[in-house]
Amino acid sequence: MSRIQKTFARLNGEGRKALIPFITAGDPDADLTVPLMHALVEAGADIIELGVPFSDPMADGPTIQRASERALAKGMSLRKVLQLVTRFRTEDDKTPVVLMGYANPIEAMGLTTFAEKAAQSGVDGVLVVDYPPEEAEKFGAAMKAQGMDPIFLIAPTSSAERIAHTAKIASGYVYYVSLAGVTGSGALNVEAVAQKLPLIREQTGLPVGVGFGIRDAATAARIAAFADAVVVGSRIIEEIEKSTANGDNSSACANVKALVAEIRRGVDEVKK
Amino acid sequence: MSQSQYNFPDASGHFGPYGGVFVAETLFGALDELKAAYAAAQADPAFRAEYDYELKHFVGRPSPIYHAKRLSEVCGGAQIYLKREDLNHTGAHKVNNCIGQALLAKRMGKPRVIAETGAGQHGVATATVAARYGFECVVYMGSEDVRRQAANVYRMKLLGATVVPVESGSKTLKDALNEAMRDWVTNIHNTFYIIGTVAGPHPYPMLVRDFQKIIGEECLEQMPEMAGRQPDAVIAAVGGGSNAMGIFYPYIDVPDVRLIGVEAAGSGIETGMHAASLTAGVPGVLHGNRTYLLQNEDGQIIETHSVSAGLDYPGVGPEHAWLKDIGRAEYQPIKDGEALKAFHDLCRLEGIIPALESSHAIAYAMKLAPTLAKDKILLVNLSGRGDKDMHTVAEKSGIVF
Ligand SMILES: Cc1ncc(COP(=O)(O)O)c(C=O)c1O
Repeated sequence: MSRIQKTFARLNGEGRKALIPFITAGDPDADLTVPLMHALVEAGADIIELGVPFSDPMADGPTIQRASERALAKGMSLRKVLQLVTRFRTEDDKTPVVLMGYANPIEAMGLTTFAEKAAQSGVDGVLVVDYPPEEAEKFGAAMKAQGMDPIFLIAPTSSAERIAHTAKIASGYVYYVSLAGVTGSGALNVEAVAQKLPLIREQTGLPVGVGFGIRDAATAARIAAFADAVVVGSRIIEEIEKSTANGDNSSACANVKALVAEIRRGVDEVKK
Repeated sequence: MSQSQYNFPDASGHFGPYGGVFVAETLFGALDELKAAYAAAQADPAFRAEYDYELKHFVGRPSPIYHAKRLSEVCGGAQIYLKREDLNHTGAHKVNNCIGQALLAKRMGKPRVIAETGAGQHGVATATVAARYGFECVVYMGSEDVRRQAANVYRMKLLGATVVPVESGSKTLKDALNEAMRDWVTNIHNTFYIIGTVAGPHPYPMLVRDFQKIIGEECLEQMPEMAGRQPDAVIAAVGGGSNAMGIFYPYIDVPDVRLIGVEAAGSGIETGMHAASLTAGVPGVLHGNRTYLLQNEDGQIIETHSVSAGLDYPGVGPEHAWLKDIGRAEYQPIKDGEALKAFHDLCRLEGIIPALESSHAIAYAMKLAPTLAKDKILLVNLSGRGDKDMHTVAEKSGIVF
């Protein structure tokens, strides 16, 4: 069983839902990333999604774009992201880490090399935003050969056939993008999301995470009522941005921890 | 190669290993809708008839071919012919594609169109067709380009478009494309994205090529009338690659016609300050397709440099990547200085002020011509006129308006 599967199995046993926070590796600099990851776990994160910065983050809104730019300006790279995961693993052998990024840095490293190195570093799953299932056969195989889970997105516009296709190569969990748009966009229609879930569950037995547009404990609670996991990204990046704006990073971990703990309380309002 | 041999892209949008659909799941619905609408349009004679009518009466097609006799004489070798896309309404080849996509938008009932632009030529062409068909129009343009291309920004505004300066990344064309994609994914229900070149996810590279291939189709008919036969080589500048694909495509299955794409070598390939993706790039994934890209060893896309804003793009259409790999087309670099010299030569010898993009193609023709016999024929795609480049050329010549 992979770390991700174990995590969902454990939560299932406890009647709880997963909280998956997202941060961008190297934002605002590499030294803060591992402490932030530990802070996320202390605040109640079950899985960490770690963004791999890319020069052209086409699917991201302004908040995550700025995080990528800050990280790249300080020299972050895929190679260094893997080093950060290795460092995180020296103190945490339990919390799954999922990398989220774009195809080009991975292809530049080489799919096989990347899969080997990521597995060695302690990465558990990888979500490549611009690898739809049609273009991801080799990627899926390379991940699975190294015991990692390829994670895929499902959108409000995904047809039943496409969801079925995705379910065939995905493992770990699937990530339902709760609105048409980029990360960090506004209003989330919880009812519409709830209505889509049965269609997804017909096609796959994998846990379903829901993200994009979840900004507070109340929304997290409403999503956790029917999803298996709640993903929160831009709101946390905003907190990091605000906490480090004056160049002093010392309060960032405490502020992020407080924010995520609050969202955790929302998620835990729902017990199965 | 026979007609039956070259048949790309395949059903999933691939040109060999290139092209494809590398986008987030959120865009798939829109791309499927576009594919279906395009297939239906192709099967509908009324669509083709309207496209032809618009090209004739609104754009002014067919564009002529002109024998640049004095330029050929000065070069002292092959005869240089120019396909005059500069004479189109709005001054470049870009409008052919905009008409096609606008007619698709109309069929699909989308009241709003968006576009990305670098130099502003595609933005102006999009704003023009939006005015013509009564669409709301938003053009994304890197803030750096907004500053450099003030005249085109004003033209777009005159035509009723909203120009949105893009502040992210390198603040140039590639970032404008990212931003247009973000708008599209958010406003899919009412918005048609008019991409300006043969890039982006399938079906765009195919669709833009199909709307530009009128250039080469006309040449196939005009060259025998003008010169008694087809050319020995067809030469075109390559930014994203739409004017080049437009003139190359109908010639792919014509034997013995060399296809030569000309890339911007900026200050020189060896300086790293250029935009020559096919000459100096490696395959990767950007903007929805796999193609040759200018990137660093970490797979981050790097900034490009060219005197010509329309060639300042770190990728290239995937069909060019394929034509390069199979050896059907060749790609040559031309530096800023060489393009500027060709610009001035064409002004003084032929009374034609070419776009700086097109000047790259002319510069390569001027290099190649002297190495060939006088009865050889080079056909250059003069993709646009140079009015938009007055400021840049004046600045390079040390002149202040
Ligand atoms: C006149 C002209 N030629 C060429 C180009 C380059 O684009 P493409 O390679 O798609 O033809 C541009 C782009 O702005 C242009 O304005």
